Amino acid sequence: MTKLSQTEAPIYEALERFRQMRVVPFDVPGHKRGRGNHELVELLGEQCVSLDINSMKPLDNLCHPVSVIAEAEDLAAEAFGAAHAFLMVGGTTSAVQSMILTVCKRGDKLILPRNVHRSIINALVLSGAKPVYVNPDVDQRLGISLGMSVTQLEQAIIAHPDAVAVLVNNPTYYGICSDLSSIVKLAHGNGIEVLVDEAHGTHFYFSDDLPISAMAAGADMSAVSMHKSGGSLTQSSYLLIGPAVNAGYVRQIINLTQTTSSSYLLLASLDISRRNLALRGKEEFARVVALAEYARAEINDIGSYYAYSRELINGGSIFDYDVTKLSVNTIDIGLAGIEVYDILRDEYNIQIEFGDIGNILAYISIGDRKQDVERLVSALAEVRRRYQRDKTGLLSQEYIDPQVVITPQEAFYAPKESLPIDETEGRICSEFVMCYPPGIPILAPGEKITKQILEYIRYAKMKGCSLTGSEDPSIEVLNVLRGV
Amino acid sequence: MELWFSERHTPNVKLSIRVERQLFNGQSDFQRIDVFETKEFGRFLTLDGYIMLTEKDEFIYHEMMTHVPMAVHPSVERALVIGGGDGGVIRELTRYDSIKQIDIAEIDPMVVEVCKKYLPQTACKLDDPRVNIYFEDGLKFMRSKQDTYDLIIVDSTDPFGPGEGLFTREFYGNCYKALHDDGIMVNQHESPFYTEDAKACQLAHKHIIVNFPISRIYQAHIPTYPSGHWLFGFASKNYHPVHDLDAAAWNKRGIKTRYYTTRLHTGAFALPAYVEEFLENVEKEY
Repeated sequence: MTKLSQTEAPIYEALERFRQMRVVPFDVPGHKRGRGNHELVELLGEQCVSLDINSMKPLDNLCHPVSVIAEAEDLAAEAFGAAHAFLMVGGTTSAVQSMILTVCKRGDKLILPRNVHRSIINALVLSGAKPVYVNPDVDQRLGISLGMSVTQLEQAIIAHPDAVAVLVNNPTYYGICSDLSSIVKLAHGNGIEVLVDEAHGTHFYFSDDLPISAMAAGADMSAVSMHKSGGSLTQSSYLLIGPAVNAGYVRQIINLTQTTSSSYLLLASLDISRRNLALRGKEEFARVVALAEYARAEINDIGSYYAYSRELINGGSIFDYDVTKLSVNTIDIGLAGIEVYDILRDEYNIQIEFGDIGNILAYISIGDRKQDVERLVSALAEVRRRYQRDKTGLLSQEYIDPQVVITPQEAFYAPKESLPIDETEGRICSEFVMCYPPGIPILAPGEKITKQILEYIRYAKMKGCSLTGSEDPSIEVLNVLRGV
Repeated sequence: MELWFSERHTPNVKLSIRVERQLFNGQSDFQRIDVFETKEFGRFLTLDGYIMLTEKDEFIYHEMMTHVPMAVHPSVERALVIGGGDGGVIRELTRYDSIKQIDIAEIDPMVVEVCKKYLPQTACKLDDPRVNIYFEDGLKFMRSKQDTYDLIIVDSTDPFGPGEGLFTREFYGNCYKALHDDGIMVNQHESPFYTEDAKACQLAHKHIIVNFPISRIYQAHIPTYPSGHWLFGFASKNYHPVHDLDAAAWNKRGIKTRYYTTRLHTGAFALPAYVEEFLENVEKEY
């Protein structure tokens, strides 16, 4: 096979060739290029539905790639500097779960920070691994969890020398980065594998001015949300692995839960987005950085808001900062982040990524225009003019050290009972409670419910956070272990 | 040979004007700019293919944007025009000796350059010593202004393209902040006739009424704009556009106009029933 160049997009090109062949479909999907579902064609357009086709020889098969998908994987691996890349169609969630299922068997210990995405703890429920939480430092002023410091990891390894892997979320949703290179060195020195949830870091691979990427730092596996900063369709993602990981085994793990009818819309979007970033990523992300820096300066000029950046770097828990992130602390306005988030949407028709207790995050990407940034900044100026109030009584977000009593898997499947939330203090939770977004659990299965946690849940509800994860959608009732 | 310019007013309606020749075509950082010469309308300017002004009917728009607030506010000294790089509103404003300072925030320097060269009829007063041109995004320009102006005239393009930020709640809020306690804001308010335009019109009205205690709409007939029926917004902190009209004072100034009169002023605020109704529907929500 001749070596392909990054100017090519093998899946997209195969779809084009296939279209020109005008093959008569007697296979699934049953809408048959949209002819059987006119409303769908009207909604999505003819071009789009005609690409919604099944795996077949000319188009390869994601479960066992041998031709165009294999080529697209090779090109992606090259573009990301990985030993191998897997195209994922079940979101970064499936990439994260595949990473954990690859390295952790039942009872294995995984070192991780608590401010991880729910998909990671879900993977613990699936695998039966034991979480060893490393306390991410919290910035008191901002009320956000920070990165994983090497010292804390060292302590965790000393306490749990039998841990098989460490998982780092890098960057965090807010843009905080850990010292990945040192973490890899320390972990590998102790025979521990390194997994990185790099959902918010696709752009690190295509810039010299941004924090180091997981593959460049020598991590073993990384889950990269191509659909976030990379520009591909929602739900499409990459799983990257380093040279020490067995690609064939990873494929088997992926195939345990991955669909056998993968969408070519998603696959083609990964393929052409990879090509775009390989060819033009550097300039594109330089533009994104410039736009984010501009917005940050303008927001800080308004007063009372704090749009933070590299000045936070402390050499440890904030080793680096992703300047494409526009994270803004709102506490001095006297409003919780979630309140600003709601006002921006309801009154100004501006949808931002999320608001938590003290911060908002506006996602700046390759699709943004300067004029829209002007709107965001002006709306924030107006929110301040119209709503600014005394900030007393605003709770700042604090890290609540989880007390893990049993593994997430044991707790999830154990006999349980439902109790009104106020009566659950001291019991062991068997389900998740989280604010969404950002989707970081307040409680996970197997953890003790404390007074502090209950207070936090009540406050978040009062401020309008959307709480999710539990069986009871209103979070009036929680499932706890029976008889414990 | 026949050369025709066409603009779609809706996906199903278009206005076509026979063109003698094209005088200018260029792409700025923000939009495509064209100037044509025609028998019927004289020269006209388009931005991204939409007619902004023609020499034949621009007086209607520019007079109505300017003289309506000027006949209500007793003492405008500092005025701001957002957009309006063609100079039409500026030309009208410079007719008032009492005005000491006229600022313009125009996003696109090429518009000014092209109008100075090809449309002196409107651009003729852009070099008046009282005029200061800031080439800046309107939203950005407004953000830092507080209690600065007596009058703000929002001479925007459309609620899509480079001008869309000028139809937003944050922009009108910034205008409120930039005005003195008796300040007035006048804005281009789209047309009530075609469905899409009417929606934009309702939305703009909604965003203005939440920001200003007084907000009334007035109208004019502009042949080259979609449907020919055009609306303007009059928003103020203090003055009512009809009750506070001082016709005698304005007429004493001796400004000669072709469309605006103080009698028409009052009538322009009397809207067709269907327009009143859809504006009231917006107001009821608040």
